[in-house]
Amino acid sequence: MTNDEKNNGGLVQIKTREDICPTKRLDLGTVREKIDAATAHDTAEKTGPEYWRSLEELAGSPAFQEALHREFPKGASEWLDTVSRRGFLKVMGASLGLAGMTGCVKLPLEPIVPYVRQPENVIPGKPMYYATAVTLGGYANPVLVESHLGRPTKIEGNDLHPASMGGTDIFTQASILGLYDPDRSQTVTSMGDVRSWQAFLGAIRGPLNVQKSLQGAGIRILTTTITSPTLADQIRNFQKIYPQAKWHVYEPVNRDNVLEGAKMAFGQPVETRYDFSKADVIVSLDADFLSAGFPGNTRYIRDFAKRRNPDSGNMNRLYVIESTPSSTGAKADHRLATQARDVEGFARSLAGAFGMSTGIPQASQEQQKVVTAVATELKNHRGSAIVIVGDHQPPVVHALAHSINQLLGNIGKAVFYTDPVDVNPINQAESLKELIADMSAGKVDLLIILGGNPAYDAPADLNFAETLKSGRVPLRVHHGLYQDETAELCQWHVPATHELESWGDTRGYEGTVSVIQPLIAPLYNGKSSIEFVALLSGQAEATGYELVRSYWQKQHTGTDFEQFWRKSLHDGWIESTAFSAKQLSAKNINEQTTLYTVSRDPIELNIRRDPTIYDGQFSNNGWLQELPKPMSKLTWDNAIQIGPKMAERLQLASKDVIELELNGKKVKGAVWIQAGHPDNSITITLGYGRTRAGRVGTAQGFNAYELRTSANPWIASGVKITKTGETYELASTQGMQSMETPDGGYRPLVRETTLEKYKEEPKFAQEEEVPKDITLYPDYHYEKETYAWGMAIDLNKCVGCNNCIVACQSENNIAVVGKEQTLLGRHMHWMRIDAYYQGDRDNPKAFFQPVPCMQCENAPCEVVCPVAATNHSTEGLNDMVYNRCVGTRYCSNNCPYKVRRFNFLLFQDWETPQYKMMRNPDVSIRSRGVMEKCTYCIQRINERRIDTETASVRENKDIRIGDELQTACQQSCPADAIVFGNINDPNSAVSKWKAQARNYSLLGELNTRPRTTYLAEVRNPNPELESK
Amino acid sequence: MSEQYKSSTELERAPVIEPGHTFGTVTEKISAIVLTRPATNGWFIGFGIAFMMTMMLLFALGYLFLKGTGIWGVTIPIGWGFAIVNFVWWIGIGHAGTLISAILLLLRQTWRNSINRFAEAMTLFAVAAAGVFPAVHVGRPWLAYWLFPYPNTMRVWPQFRSPLMWDVFAVSTYATISALFWFTGLIPDFATLRDRSEKRWIKMVYGMLSFGWRGSARHWHRYETMYLLLAGLATPLVLSVHTVVSFDFAVGIVPGWHTTIFPPYFVAGAIYSGFAMVLMLAIPIRKIYGLEDFITERHLQNSAKVMLATGLIVAYGYGIEAFMGWYGGDPYDAFTLWNRLHGPYAFWYWSLLSCNIFIPQVLWIRKLRTNPIALFFVSLVVLVGMWLERFIIVVVSLHRDFLNSSWGMYYPTRWDYMTYFGTIGMFLAAMFLFLRFLPAISIFEMRTLLPEAEVKE
Repeated sequence: MTNDEKNNGGLVQIKTREDICPTKRLDLGTVREKIDAATAHDTAEKTGPEYWRSLEELAGSPAFQEALHREFPKGASEWLDTVSRRGFLKVMGASLGLAGMTGCVKLPLEPIVPYVRQPENVIPGKPMYYATAVTLGGYANPVLVESHLGRPTKIEGNDLHPASMGGTDIFTQASILGLYDPDRSQTVTSMGDVRSWQAFLGAIRGPLNVQKSLQGAGIRILTTTITSPTLADQIRNFQKIYPQAKWHVYEPVNRDNVLEGAKMAFGQPVETRYDFSKADVIVSLDADFLSAGFPGNTRYIRDFAKRRNPDSGNMNRLYVIESTPSSTGAKADHRLATQARDVEGFARSLAGAFGMSTGIPQASQEQQKVVTAVATELKNHRGSAIVIVGDHQPPVVHALAHSINQLLGNIGKAVFYTDPVDVNPINQAESLKELIADMSAGKVDLLIILGGNPAYDAPADLNFAETLKSGRVPLRVHHGLYQDETAELCQWHVPATHELESWGDTRGYEGTVSVIQPLIAPLYNGKSSIEFVALLSGQAEATGYELVRSYWQKQHTGTDFEQFWRKSLHDGWIESTAFSAKQLSAKNINEQTTLYTVSRDPIELNIRRDPTIYDGQFSNNGWLQELPKPMSKLTWDNAIQIGPKMAERLQLASKDVIELELNGKKVKGAVWIQAGHPDNSITITLGYGRTRAGRVGTAQGFNAYELRTSANPWIASGVKITKTGETYELASTQGMQSMETPDGGYRPLVRETTLEKYKEEPKFAQEEEVPKDITLYPDYHYEKETYAWGMAIDLNKCVGCNNCIVACQSENNIAVVGKEQTLLGRHMHWMRIDAYYQGDRDNPKAFFQPVPCMQCENAPCEVVCPVAATNHSTEGLNDMVYNRCVGTRYCSNNCPYKVRRFNFLLFQDWETPQYKMMRNPDVSIRSRGVMEKCTYCIQRINERRIDTETASVRENKDIRIGDELQTACQQSCPADAIVFGNINDPNSAVSKWKAQARNYSLLGELNTRPRTTYLAEVRNPNPELESK
Repeated sequence: MSEQYKSSTELERAPVIEPGHTFGTVTEKISAIVLTRPATNGWFIGFGIAFMMTMMLLFALGYLFLKGTGIWGVTIPIGWGFAIVNFVWWIGIGHAGTLISAILLLLRQTWRNSINRFAEAMTLFAVAAAGVFPAVHVGRPWLAYWLFPYPNTMRVWPQFRSPLMWDVFAVSTYATISALFWFTGLIPDFATLRDRSEKRWIKMVYGMLSFGWRGSARHWHRYETMYLLLAGLATPLVLSVHTVVSFDFAVGIVPGWHTTIFPPYFVAGAIYSGFAMVLMLAIPIRKIYGLEDFITERHLQNSAKVMLATGLIVAYGYGIEAFMGWYGGDPYDAFTLWNRLHGPYAFWYWSLLSCNIFIPQVLWIRKLRTNPIALFFVSLVVLVGMWLERFIIVVVSLHRDFLNSSWGMYYPTRWDYMTYFGTIGMFLAAMFLFLRFLPAISIFEMRTLLPEAEVKE
């Protein structure tokens, strides 16, 4: 308890208790009672001793509570204002004082990681991999987690799982940081005060007993989207005990429109699944299916990218009709920038082209050209086309797409319908509305909020937070990862366990069940949702392991359950649980009514999930906050995206603060001029402006939920814009998003052509390559070495999803620097994705270019280092010796690619204990004043080298490293756009890529001879549209 | 020798020493500043301010060591900022002293005798001010000694291909030779001060510093030989130091750095700024200490002419840089030129051209060349201009290089300014102490300029 004593300044402060609360004296009677009660609990429950820090705490004196509140970072609300974020991070080492006090739980005796006793196969220094899953919006992202001696450190995609195939998305990659987030809620609290589980059980027992007699009529459970069969089973169990208890579902980024669209077309909720590997023509109606957050995106990116090979002869063609510019729009062969509310007209016209009578609105004159071209194209590719609609488009557009897909015979070939993955597919907005009505009517006695943060993210018109605050619900319980906005308004907060530290199960976008297995015992005293619901049903002792296992034991029909269970855990998914495709036929849509019969004049407001922090659940995740948004490269903030034309008309510049007003609600935010954004329309993203996110996420950006209504959650009309005259700094990580220079020059950084021209002139990208023999100095003969490492990046495949950046950050222990430092240009990403725009700024072409270190053979950085801290290896790597670096920064100045990153200050957190556990032990933590850079994951190369060399000796034959060696960026890339390996081996994948005609060196004319090369981009535009 | 003195005094130019002086008056006048003249309030105020600025430097450096280089405005892509700008600027200023002492000595430009001493002192202090930066600008200054080739248990040597490595040798050699040269020149004057001072402890101090100088013919013989040898050693250094400093940039591949014109144009620029600094110091000193007889119009004129000449070389350098930017056909170089003229730092580039090229052309006018106040301001403008030149080279070249995605802007912080002005304070404080405790003009060399010194055969 030394830690506790040190931190417990509360004891000192209590001397002044009389000043704060002069009348209230310590009641010795109460104290005695409480001590007795606590001791009784101890002997009775025996799950862990309950400590108290003073008699005053036991007595619950206000002075002590005051002292507690000041002493411990209860959401750390008051510190954020005065202390810089970095300073704060240091102070926060203290936060473990609490964990030490409450973390004394008996470890469960379950044969899982982490190990209490070291089993035979655990070798220090050798990581182990476990298959599990991480969810987003309910959908599973199947993963393999790298574990070093019981500490999960890195997440990889599960290559056996059809939803991943080895790729991941940014949220999945960053979930490891979420696990170790020191701001996570660590104890049960009541009204902000620390309590024990026993105290919570005691408090909830009474009300539950009362409800039993009422059949649970006063109980409401509010969850987020749930796909877990076990959890669903638990909730239904609970509902068996309390038959009148209602289960509501609300998640801000929900799929209500998809659901309603399916109902409209088929009369039942169905899940639509696509197979992009089968699609020759893809028409996206505002669907950003290539970015994280879209269910199934990891697999979709892989299938899509596979069809982007110009040499294969079956390159697909992507039409994107979209509002807010997205990475999907950037990859389009034809992008039509249109207001989101006009997509419906486009869809109706398109359906009309197939002979469906579809009513109004219709596409405009200009769009009609595209409609005709798209319709012709679709007709020519019957059975091998996909029409896909964005989640935020109204149900009727979804229904129309179903009809078109059916008419074209795409169903069963490229488009599939299955049962919904969501176990409770109800209209979530309606569900929440109903709950709030019940709450206001006083029908709710006990509200259990299971995950989610509705006080922050419920539609503004429903006044959820106010209703919660009003006290009309006598008992409110919040179960979640953070002491967030909702937790604040509930009497009881119960900490949840992270998915990486609990048992569970979940379904992928195609229905396959993944078993979630913990990688580590809960860091804090939390319970998983499954355990929590079981607890409410009276099974307080049930562990997650037992609950999940027994559920699947019930489901299992075969003979050997143990083998089935072990195989499922090993593979990370349960065989033959994928939903089979349904045979459905879509009704013809004759609906004349539309959401958007309003005039086109008012400004349209688009509200979208944020590309990096989603709906706000990742706002305390530093990796995601600092991850540049794919199109704008903004970090740490959301902005009001406005098209160039509109900004010019309104005389707005980026960073101007404007006020948006919609239905009487106002928010202020900074403008970002986004090339390609449609006119008379603006976009804001969710997830910012939080008040209780934690030290990282609190008070970043503005809260877009303020303008969000239940009727128009995504697209609204009539937003008013008022200039404020203020400005606000936005931190973008990219200096210039054009390959044109201000003097009118053009730099061919991303080389691009069309498929037709490519066929005529395949070597178009290699025009500026420098011949290798023009040098005065003798070359080093790399070809005589066993290995020469090289990398190739296919720009045609890269969809700019940012996944490689987070993977690199996680693998290489890269620091987060904060907004202020990012503003100065000091972000530390070793890998970045440059986004360039070209042409018409209202609808430009957009390009992504991932830039790791080029590992130049003639590296300009090496010759200028005065202390030889950066050297060339015989295998062609540009090595960086951190310990030798004195920090002259000359190498960075001389690096034409600017891939070197410098620790200008002490960017790494050396103190927070959680982060120490998170880091990759194979990569050193860089201190202040040291240059760092991409090393092609040299730790992985060397690990593999040791393996092959020992194997060579053991088996007495020459075993070489092959293509199984992957860098972190390559491994996690869902598009397979990065290939790395030995260029001395002509059969390696990288050698084959580099031999392609599209292969070119970035800035090759400098004769740096980069080992990282690019495969030039080849688009496949429709000649008919292109000529116009 | 005598021929030359005669001819120079016979010319219709201002004399290097006003008529009417004898050995005695020269010695008296110069040594009085140190020995008998009381320190004025003005000196205390001036020194006090300079001293406080030096303390500010220490504070800024203390905070730098505590926090890291990040307190400055440097970033990626602008890895070098004020620190390197200031370093090159100070080193450039430090050129005039050696040039005056060594090269003009070898060229037998006797007019140099009245300004060489404080020009050398200035060099020494400027090099000291410059020397602050390379050590502290690195990320881990406590390891800056790794730049020296010393035997160590790691058996790691510096990387001799790096121009920064060459810098270490060039600057440290230059500092050593300058100090030796300066001190050697002081020895006969230390002896004079020893002989003229009245208090015993002062006699002892100057006595020790004078190494037992007695003024014997043998002493003089050896002294002259050594002085000539040092001058011979120092002469190539004048050219080499700034050549090597210019390699820091010329060896890099950054557009705006990678050019062969840099060495000569850096040396010319260095002399340019060095003479500007000499004038900026000489003009107030001769006024305050009444040394107009020794530092005459002739010196001002000659310095102004050197400035005019080196200024034109610098202008030629800018011209060639611009020409090659256009003629070379390298799109990156062409853009760098465009960016200087029209980019976000265009104002500073045009200021640089005004300060270094346009305004100094007034020195063609004889009236202005001989007007101390006008000269003082032109020198100030040149010093500002030369600082801007280094800013343009270091910062503006870096801020927009090859990849458009990695362009950035440089915003100096208060710590940058504090460090910069701190070194100015340090330089001035040293100058104040020098004026107070050492003869600011070489006494014995001045005596050789008198007609009495002419030996009749």
